Amino acid sequence: MDQINVQSGGAEAAYVTDALIAEDIDAYLDTHQRKTMLRFITCGSVDDGKSTLIGRLLYDSKMIFEDQLALLQADSKKVGTQGAEIDFALLVDGLAAEREQGITIDVAYRFFNTEKRKFIVADCPGHEQYTRNMVTGASTADLAVILIDARKGVLVQTRRHSYLCHLIGIRNIVLAVNKMDLVGYDAAVFDAIVRDYAAFARSIGIEDFTAIPISGFKGDNITAPSSNTPWYTGPSLVEHLETVDIAASADAERPFRMPVQWVNRPDLDFRGFSGLVATGTVRPGDAIRVLPSGKTSTVTRIVTLDGDLDQAVAGQYATLCLADEVDCSRGDVIATADQPPQAADQFEATLVWLDDEPMLPGRAYWLKLATKTVSATIQPPKYVVDVNSLEHLAAKTLELNAIGVAELATDKPLVFEPYAQGHMLGGFVLIDKITNATVAAGMLHFSLRRAQNVHWQSVDVSREAHAALKNQQPRLLWFTGLSGSGKSTIANLVEKQLHALGKHTFLLDGDNVRHGLNKDLGFTEADRIENIRRAGEVAKLMTDAGLIVLTAFISPFRAEREMVRNMANAGEFLEIFVDTPLEEAERRDVKGLYRKARAGQLKNFTGIDSPYEAPENPEIRIDTTVESPEAAAQRIVSLLIGEQA
Amino acid sequence: MSTHANRRILTHLERLEAEAIHIMREVVAEATNPVMLYSVGKDSAVMLHLARKAFYPSPPPFPLLHVDTTWKFQAMYALRNRMAAESGMELIVYQNPEAAARGINPFDHGALHTDLWKTEGLKQALDKYGFDAAFGGARRDEEKSRAKERIFSFRTASHGWDPKNQRPELWNLYNARKNKGESIRIFPISNWTELDIWQYIQLNDVPIVPLYFADVRPTFEWEGGLFMADDIARLEKVLGYRPKITERSIRFRTLGCFPLTGAVESTAKTLSAVIQETLLTTTSERQGRVIDKDAGGAGMEVKKQQGYF
Repeated sequence: MDQINVQSGGAEAAYVTDALIAEDIDAYLDTHQRKTMLRFITCGSVDDGKSTLIGRLLYDSKMIFEDQLALLQADSKKVGTQGAEIDFALLVDGLAAEREQGITIDVAYRFFNTEKRKFIVADCPGHEQYTRNMVTGASTADLAVILIDARKGVLVQTRRHSYLCHLIGIRNIVLAVNKMDLVGYDAAVFDAIVRDYAAFARSIGIEDFTAIPISGFKGDNITAPSSNTPWYTGPSLVEHLETVDIAASADAERPFRMPVQWVNRPDLDFRGFSGLVATGTVRPGDAIRVLPSGKTSTVTRIVTLDGDLDQAVAGQYATLCLADEVDCSRGDVIATADQPPQAADQFEATLVWLDDEPMLPGRAYWLKLATKTVSATIQPPKYVVDVNSLEHLAAKTLELNAIGVAELATDKPLVFEPYAQGHMLGGFVLIDKITNATVAAGMLHFSLRRAQNVHWQSVDVSREAHAALKNQQPRLLWFTGLSGSGKSTIANLVEKQLHALGKHTFLLDGDNVRHGLNKDLGFTEADRIENIRRAGEVAKLMTDAGLIVLTAFISPFRAEREMVRNMANAGEFLEIFVDTPLEEAERRDVKGLYRKARAGQLKNFTGIDSPYEAPENPEIRIDTTVESPEAAAQRIVSLLIGEQA
Repeated sequence: MSTHANRRILTHLERLEAEAIHIMREVVAEATNPVMLYSVGKDSAVMLHLARKAFYPSPPPFPLLHVDTTWKFQAMYALRNRMAAESGMELIVYQNPEAAARGINPFDHGALHTDLWKTEGLKQALDKYGFDAAFGGARRDEEKSRAKERIFSFRTASHGWDPKNQRPELWNLYNARKNKGESIRIFPISNWTELDIWQYIQLNDVPIVPLYFADVRPTFEWEGGLFMADDIARLEKVLGYRPKITERSIRFRTLGCFPLTGAVESTAKTLSAVIQETLLTTTSERQGRVIDKDAGGAGMEVKKQQGYF
């Protein structure tokens, strides 16, 4: 068989699978098909040798072919950092830009096999600004290898990476003390680092870890015990990876839950619910409950292309048929009838912010948890965690790579479990509604009971009754535009005409509201969002009272105008874009505000140093450079009266 | 403990299969107009099989799209038509009319052949049918730049890829929301290796093109490589001479256009033998293809930024 022998020193042991492949391929394949899989991540600081270690693992498990090796050798001479020796890091630093800079800047996934397992490695970058990549890599990992440079010991980045792995819920931690060759394989150095790390690990709640002295470059204790470290009697890195107990089995012992992905309905005779089993086991005959509706039924079949199954376990895909015609669609969860998960609409959660744009408290984001997407707003964080000192600090928002704890509210109930009890029903992402970027990862802690305890009080005089008495349809006319665009002027004219026609109206003016209800708010983005949220809620109450409400707010952000639109009853919200170009509004400068803003006396002034996001599809657009306020008002009133008739 | 009866740890292939099926269902649930790219190779065969499993007893609720170069092996066209019929899926075959009109072929036009027939052809087909999500069978173990690509990979309206601006993918949550004009390429078998593919084919009896198995076939040598003379008359026309044909026992490790895909001499006639040969081989899978060698090591990354799948 082929033995791989590279470089000097260290223990060289190639995996002894080759002989079996050549002699009895069927026996080899039989073994291979029974292998389990371990997904792990490697994390460490920039020069801790992550890429070198992964390159070494690939090399030693014969995942590198001759042609790739030839390219590697050529590259090593050209751009390598190891002189004449092979620079394994070049194998894994994939993108051209990274290879030139000599650093890894994104998560890369690598694959190798040993006799016992298949491995997927997520290579995670060590830079502070790429926390988001590390969290991404960690979210699917069963185990984390934390690399430490033996010469440097436990660094701030070591602490950060350990904290993140623990936060994401990785239970198996390996402390790989690398570059032992550069400290003369000194046991005292290793022991000191392990002591240091143990104290830190305990302080953040890591109960257990396995420490291994290695040299990725020389190959010590990678695949077999190294003769250079006779004082170390534990397993080599690969031996440990091959035998460590995979935590996935814990999911199997929890109660059954399956989020529904897709309703399978090829014809009228078949109706199945497809999904991935999150936890537990399901069998035909099991009593189940569909959430959030709470309807119960019994599983009749578990259908697959290869025939019906007698059970499906956590991690398996399934299509379930039920005995009854219960309502069940994408986003619902099918669960054990007597131990269902909860549903709630207010939560506390840990958030990891992943986007360049900081979090905006009060803004609505899409929240995707399992197969359900809802709209969610986030409160200002209770605190952020300084990942270096692990101190809790006060903060008003979350910036890129920040980790914080905050409360959030959703517009529809979410079926969930605390993240610690199951990642599939406790982990979520937040998506920006305008850019569609994934802006945060979240882990639910628990539901806040507030929403459950504050029930809707039902009233006998309904909103329809209020409107009927006034002989009108409630409307919310939302005027938006730059300061000085003419919103208040036009809204005022519209209200006068409606009033004269006997309609019951109310004009909520932005400036006036800021003198009372919103006088505690300033002009930062977060305060502007809250300003609009309150105005929207007040306007909504007024439409419930049967009024035609007119509002004149700059309301510069698309997302908040959409929020109010969603708050309002269907069809009642009319967005009226008073379209006055900035130059024109500034030329008019009725209140002298533009002059002050230009002079630097006003901060966060829309159009000057704060953006205005123009409506994309307003119900009504008024170009004030060609249409007079009177004509515009007349047009709006005609439209409304036409509707009201 | 009684609960230990529930402890059934899934094998690596079961985990990979469940992951791929989960991804396919998410796309169908969230995309408007998905399509599966189908190149008739072994990875495509596995993709199609996974799709059939994901939606059974319904047929996969999207069409198959074959971006054809007219230079595929005859055996590939035969299997393509058979599989489309068996799966009950619509088959869309797209050939770039410009490439056809200009008579683009792999002998005279080199890289332009791939560019026009495949890269341009794919863009045209996606635009023509308005597909907003396209499944592809690329794997992260194939090539260095693939290792860093997300499972949901977004393309601009002009089909470009920006590796610096990829969405983070956490747990098994995929954000399929698109901006105007964007489309998504989805790679459900990203985490599979070549060996996984072969073993899955074996365990599931997935039909594949017979060219993957060794047989005595007509071959010729061209620019230092060994090729199969799949259509001798056409070869002669394009080359301007009749190549010297030799009968050899050959097979293919990867299938593309027959003049761009090098054959290897082999006697592996069974799947076990093919897998054995694959495992014992010392050169990487894509070496048989000419495409990666352009632009040195960064060939694929450059091509992808331009819109190649």
